[in-house]
Amino acid sequence: MAIPRFWREIPSRYNLYGSKCGHCGTLDFPPRTVCPECGRRSVGKMERVKLGGKGTVVSYSVIHDAPAQYEMMKPYVLAIIEMAEGCRLTSQVIDVDPAAVKIGMPVEAAFRKLGSEGEAGVIHYGYKFRPAG
Amino acid sequence: MTVGIVSYGGYVPRYRITPEVIGAVWGNDGAAMGKGLNIRAKSVPGPDEDVITMSVEAARAAMARVPWVSPKDVGAIYVGSESHPYAVKPSATIVAEAIESSPVMTAADYEFACKAGTAAMQTCMGLTLSNMYKFGMAIGSDTSQGAPGDALEYSASAGAAAFLIGTERPMATINHTVSYTTDTPDFWRREGQRYPSHGGRFTGEPAYFKHVLACAELLSKKAGIKPADYDYAVFHQPNGKFPLRVGKQLGFTDKQIDTGLLVREIGNTYSGAIMVGLCAIFDIAKPGDRIFAVGYGSGAGSDAFDLTVTDEIKNLKKGPRSMDSMVKDGVPLDYATYAKYRGKIVMRGA
Repeated sequence: MAIPRFWREIPSRYNLYGSKCGHCGTLDFPPRTVCPECGRRSVGKMERVKLGGKGTVVSYSVIHDAPAQYEMMKPYVLAIIEMAEGCRLTSQVIDVDPAAVKIGMPVEAAFRKLGSEGEAGVIHYGYKFRPAG
Repeated sequence: MTVGIVSYGGYVPRYRITPEVIGAVWGNDGAAMGKGLNIRAKSVPGPDEDVITMSVEAARAAMARVPWVSPKDVGAIYVGSESHPYAVKPSATIVAEAIESSPVMTAADYEFACKAGTAAMQTCMGLTLSNMYKFGMAIGSDTSQGAPGDALEYSASAGAAAFLIGTERPMATINHTVSYTTDTPDFWRREGQRYPSHGGRFTGEPAYFKHVLACAELLSKKAGIKPADYDYAVFHQPNGKFPLRVGKQLGFTDKQIDTGLLVREIGNTYSGAIMVGLCAIFDIAKPGDRIFAVGYGSGAGSDAFDLTVTDEIKNLKKGPRSMDSMVKDGVPLDYATYAKYRGKIVMRGA
C-alpha cells in the first residue's frame, strides 16, 4: 500500500473515525466526503464521527489460504462487524480460537499491526477486533 | 506542589510458553530451569503485536481511567523500550496519534535496557512540575529478545505499562525519586544484532544487586521511613529470584513483594517490568498505601520511587482489564508456534 494512502487513512485506521451525513443522518465507515443517498445535498454537511469500538460479529470466515503477509497467522478469522453505532466494517478477529467465533459474538476494537512493506518498509497499524471482555 | 501518577494502564499479550516446553527443545531440564529462575511461564506477543501496539493498548487503558483528562493536555509522550520496531522512526508518535494527543506536543523514544520506562517517568515529572506541560505519558514496553537456546530465552517476554504523570489529581504521589548510574557492561545488543549478549554471572552482583541496593538505600535515606512502613515493594524482575533476594537484603518481606512480582507468571517484560508490577499493585491498592519501587536497566542504572496512593484512586473509571485478569488469561503455545510468532523461523525470500 502506498505510504500517502495509508497516511491519509490514519484517523479511521487508528481511531475508527467515520462520517455522518448532516442531511439524512446516515453513518459511514470508512468516512465519505459525500453521502451516497443524498448526493449534493450532503455537500458541506458531512460530520466526522468517532465510533466507540464496540460491536458484534454479523458473519465471518476462517481463512486457511492466506496472502503472504498473513501466512504466520493462518488459520485466522475475518469478520463483518456491526458497530454499536449501526455501521458495518470488515476486520480480522484476533486473540481467539477460530472455532470459538460465533455470529452475534460481542467484540471490541484493539490496536494491531496490519502489515508492512517488507522487512525494510513502513509498518502499518490499525484496528482489529477481539472478543469483548 | 506534588507530582504523581494520575492514571495507569497495563497490557500483557495473551500467549504463554513454559520453561518445560523451551527446555525440551534444547535438551535442557526446563522444569529445573523454571524453578531456578522462579518463572512458571512467560508471555509471548502475537504475530501482529509489537512494542507500538502494546504501548497503545496500555496508553488507551490509562486514558480510559481518567475521562476528565483531555488527550490534548498530554503534552509529552515518551516510550521506553529496547525493542522499538523501527531503528529510525519514533514509536511515540504513533502512540500520540492513537490516543489523539498530537499534534501540539512533544514525543520521543527512550532506550536504557530495562529501565527506559522509569527514565520516562522522571522526565515527565520534571516537565509537569515545571509547568511546561499539564500531563506527560511515560511508557515502558518490550517484546524482549532471547537467542534460541540461550538462558535468556526462558525469561525474555512481552508487556507494557503506561503512566500518566502530572500534578493535577494524582492517584499516587511520587514523594521521592532517586537514580544510581554507572558504566557497567553486563548486557547489551549491538546495532544490527538480532539478539542481545550478556556477561553471564556478571549480570548479578556487580550489576543488578549493586545498583538496586545502592539506589534503594539512597531512596530509604531520602524518604526517611523503614521497609516495614511500606505496604508494597516492587523491584526489577529479570527472574523471580533476584527481586526476592534483594528485597530480603533490604528488609522487605516476601508478602510486600508478592503482588508486584508478575515475572513468575509472565516472565521478564524488560522496560515494562516494575511498571506492570506497579499496575498490579494499583489494581488493588487503597488510599494511604505506601509503595517502594526500584527499577534496573543494564548498562547500568537504577531508578527508585517512593509512592503514596491517594483518595483519587477511588475516582478512576472502571473498565480497563485488571493485570490479574490479563496475567491469568494465558493461552499456552508449543515451541514451533512460539518460534513462528517470534520470527525465529527464516522464511523463503526473507
